[in-house]
Amino acid sequence: MIELSAKQLADAIARGDVSAAEAFETYRARAAADELNAYTWVAPEGTTAAPMSADAPLRGVPLGVKDLFCTEGVPSQAGSRILEGYLPPYTASVVQRLAEAGAPLLAKTNQDEFAMGSSNENSAYGPTRNPWDRERIPGGSSGGSAAAVAAGSAPWALGTDTGGSIRQPAAMCGIVGLKPTYGSVSRYGMIAFASSLDQGGPLTRDVTDAALLYGQMIGQDPCDSTSLAHPETIALPTAERLDGIRIGVPRADLAADGIEPGVIAAFDATLQRAQELGAELVDIELPHAEHALAAYYVIAPAEASSNLSRFDGVRYGLRHGGDEGLMAMYTHTRHDGFGDEVKRRILIGTYALSSGYYDAYYGRAQQVRTKIADDFRAAFGRVDLIATPTAPTTAFKLGEKTADPLSMYLGDLFTIPYSLAGLPAISIPCGLSDGLPVGFQLGGPAFSENRILDAAHALEQAIGFEPLEIS
Amino acid sequence: MSADVEYEPVIGLEIHVQLKTRTKMFCGCELSFGDPPNIHVCPVCLGLPGSLPVVNARAIHLGLMIGMAVGSELAPRSIFHRKNYFYPDLPKGYQISQFDLPLCLGGKLGDVRIHRVHLEEDAAKLTHVGESGRIHGSDSSIVDYNRGGTPLAEIVTEPDVRSAEQAREWLNMLRVTLRQLGVSDVNMEEGSLRCDANISIRPVGDTELHTKTELKNMNSFRYIERGIHAEVARQIEIVRSGGKVQGETLHFDPRTERITSLRSKEEAHDYRYFPEPDLVPITISAEMLDAARAEVPELPTARAERYASTLGLSDDAAKLLADRAELAAYFESVLEVDSVEPVAAANWVTELAARLDEGDPAGSKVEPRALASLIGLLSSKAINVGAARQVLDRLVAEGGDPLAIVEAEGLGAIGGGDELADAVAAAIAANPDVAEKIRDGNMKAIGPIIGHVMKATKGRADGGEVTRLVRQQLGL
Amino acid sequence: MIDREQVLHVARLARLQLTDDEVERMAGELSSILGHIETISGLDLDGVEPTSHVVEVSNALRPDVPRPSLDREVALSQAPARTADGFLVPSPQA
Ligand SMILES: [Zn+2]
Repeated sequence: MIELSAKQLADAIARGDVSAAEAFETYRARAAADELNAYTWVAPEGTTAAPMSADAPLRGVPLGVKDLFCTEGVPSQAGSRILEGYLPPYTASVVQRLAEAGAPLLAKTNQDEFAMGSSNENSAYGPTRNPWDRERIPGGSSGGSAAAVAAGSAPWALGTDTGGSIRQPAAMCGIVGLKPTYGSVSRYGMIAFASSLDQGGPLTRDVTDAALLYGQMIGQDPCDSTSLAHPETIALPTAERLDGIRIGVPRADLAADGIEPGVIAAFDATLQRAQELGAELVDIELPHAEHALAAYYVIAPAEASSNLSRFDGVRYGLRHGGDEGLMAMYTHTRHDGFGDEVKRRILIGTYALSSGYYDAYYGRAQQVRTKIADDFRAAFGRVDLIATPTAPTTAFKLGEKTADPLSMYLGDLFTIPYSLAGLPAISIPCGLSDGLPVGFQLGGPAFSENRILDAAHALEQAIGFEPLEIS
Repeated sequence: MSADVEYEPVIGLEIHVQLKTRTKMFCGCELSFGDPPNIHVCPVCLGLPGSLPVVNARAIHLGLMIGMAVGSELAPRSIFHRKNYFYPDLPKGYQISQFDLPLCLGGKLGDVRIHRVHLEEDAAKLTHVGESGRIHGSDSSIVDYNRGGTPLAEIVTEPDVRSAEQAREWLNMLRVTLRQLGVSDVNMEEGSLRCDANISIRPVGDTELHTKTELKNMNSFRYIERGIHAEVARQIEIVRSGGKVQGETLHFDPRTERITSLRSKEEAHDYRYFPEPDLVPITISAEMLDAARAEVPELPTARAERYASTLGLSDDAAKLLADRAELAAYFESVLEVDSVEPVAAANWVTELAARLDEGDPAGSKVEPRALASLIGLLSSKAINVGAARQVLDRLVAEGGDPLAIVEAEGLGAIGGGDELADAVAAAIAANPDVAEKIRDGNMKAIGPIIGHVMKATKGRADGGEVTRLVRQQLGL
Repeated sequence: MIDREQVLHVARLARLQLTDDEVERMAGELSSILGHIETISGLDLDGVEPTSHVVEVSNALRPDVPRPSLDREVALSQAPARTADGFLVPSPQA
């Protein structure tokens, strides 16, 4: 059963070969036995999934859910000490929607604290390890979800992506991760990092599973003012060829420092396959992409600094210093409850919004954001999709980059432009470099998920990536 | 500066009005006043992680009505901002408010210009419990989030107010206007109307604005007036003694009449405003404007103006009726009865209102038709004023038809017939000394004769007619 | 680029206690990050509209219809300190 993809498992349940309860218990036991620290909570033994209708499209295939999605009565800590033991009184819209569609909550997955990080080392609950090499990071911030799916302890999982937090761990764990168009998936109940960038999405074993899960996640939510109805229903991808598809390649961006040769090699080989499948490769320019990282590291921390103000020790979570007066309660609670990376970003964000600096930082960053969106608009006038590697490197060693936050940030250079423009992009595994998976990122215009999934499916078939053997 | 310089206050007002919606600004919790604590709360208004705000359409609608009432320019597109600061009554660590793109810009009410009207959410209620609620030995407070998230309109005036009295009068005009608009309960005791004043002083004749202080949260019209007086006096004192006014936030204690600084100095406030990413812009459609316009009634100032200019009422009478929507409505229904003269109608509606205390005349036993008929009896001299007042008393107590009351009670005026002439003759006979004075040209002495006639006729005589008969009988 | 004093000022605004070591370390790290961010200061962005929303939506409005609130016990259940019916905090006036 564990070798089946989520779609295959759903079909097996539909045929009656396996029962949903059996599937749930099998995965529950696997998740409980996880050795990668991929989970912060696993459904206790004897848990029965909430009743679902017999024709629920996801048939009972259980779901790993990133810790930051609120789940009623189940710890939802966003990887932070400040929310240790926090039990929300409500469930995130998308988790609720998926449960009703037949994907019951299996476990909560580990993550970088408040989704700030690219390695899962910023979790208050300890780092998650990469199943390909346990000395290495699984990527982040949805590293627990990625490791769980890659290791086969969850059939599929939810993550969130603010600057690459679905795509980069998917790349580093050799699985598929889709960051959807901003607004297509409700954010209600997702503990916010950067509101204008955060977007939930699927991490799955293959492209078909991503389409199946994403298709049930979308929809306008009256509880999220920024959510939109997707103009299309999401079809399961069938494409085998890429005839007539124009794929843009931003060559200049690929010449940046710090891109590993093994990554470039796997990427180029994949472009070659795309051509063989009938795609036309077009050199494009995204003139402002080089500034995306700087804009992102203003906007995301600025919004985060405000979003994290609610962690004040009053209504929930940690309280320290409460016997030394109000100011001490605030400052000690937040000092002791937040990790270093979160503190760093709160300080940068507060600085960027503070009196006298707003225009130079936040204001300008929002303008750069406009230019980046314009660049994409121009590019998608000429091409259907844009391809880059997902990340400049494969999974690095635990602790390798913790001393230098900026070097960690630079790993997001290919994923961040899509985040700033609110556009969808997928990462699919395209090969190995020194035995570690490399991700291939395909992005498209807003709401082009069907096109992206189709192309990714055709490439996936052609690449024939060998996933990690599930034991 | 020398002590003989005259100073004038320059005052701008910031008024927070709780809007009369059913639910909060950004969530579906019901508004309440005086309910048990923390029962109207949800993930949104508690600021729970992951929750998101959604704008209450009715709050936008009421905001537009306010803008229309004060003649604002209604922004075709407005957005919400986050105002960031920490306080236990602010669950998210920021207040969702409006900053550079408010819903309404400009406008005027009476002689005070409006700077802007914007929407925001109210804070929760914090109750200091002092030692009784000690946590590990320090004073504590209890937070009740019922009020948190109540929709507020903040109305900011230009610094056009020049005295504490004017501030009080203008606020009253605003309150009456908002009440008649139906957008708020505007009750200061319950906190649905709150006022801050920005106060500075300058030498009379100066046109510059000087450093202002902000006097916070005065919770009655009386305190506002007294608070402004006290602050103006304090500033004049500072300047006269050679000091400088510091820009700061102040609190007026009405018991001690003292003014104290509210914020500690370490709190240099830096609200770090930025566009609220969880909300999308508000764009005002023609439909939204039409819907708001349809709900804006004729407002007190416009109504008073109309009563004075087209109905000939005195300014005072016009304002008195216009300021109370129920009186104005009743007045207009009296006028709808044929041929009632507006000034008389206004007088008698006022008479009626005085008898009803704060009550709505429409809910009294006095039908508008009855009041109109009473006015008719009076103007045709069928009864005199005193009788009319007696009839009105009866109408208030029992209702009914004025003519029937007049007949049943024998209150009809005595005309110019023999009965009245006889009564006048008897009165002259009984007061020869008075008659003598009148003959000598002193008409002012006529009082005792009229009194005699009135007594004899049980008040039914018409004073003018009595005077005419006296003159006639004395051969003048 | 950003000195100790600025770090302390921003930390105070953000209600973050920092140890002396942390202030020192953060000053260094923030300077290097801000140094990178500075690259956008050279761009010509005159007349470029800022983007605060990538979605083209407006008027996501909610009808003024009450929805159930939480039970008080549920609302208070996660509070670090509480009374029978409220959230207990150190007094701002203390
Ligand atoms: Zn609520």
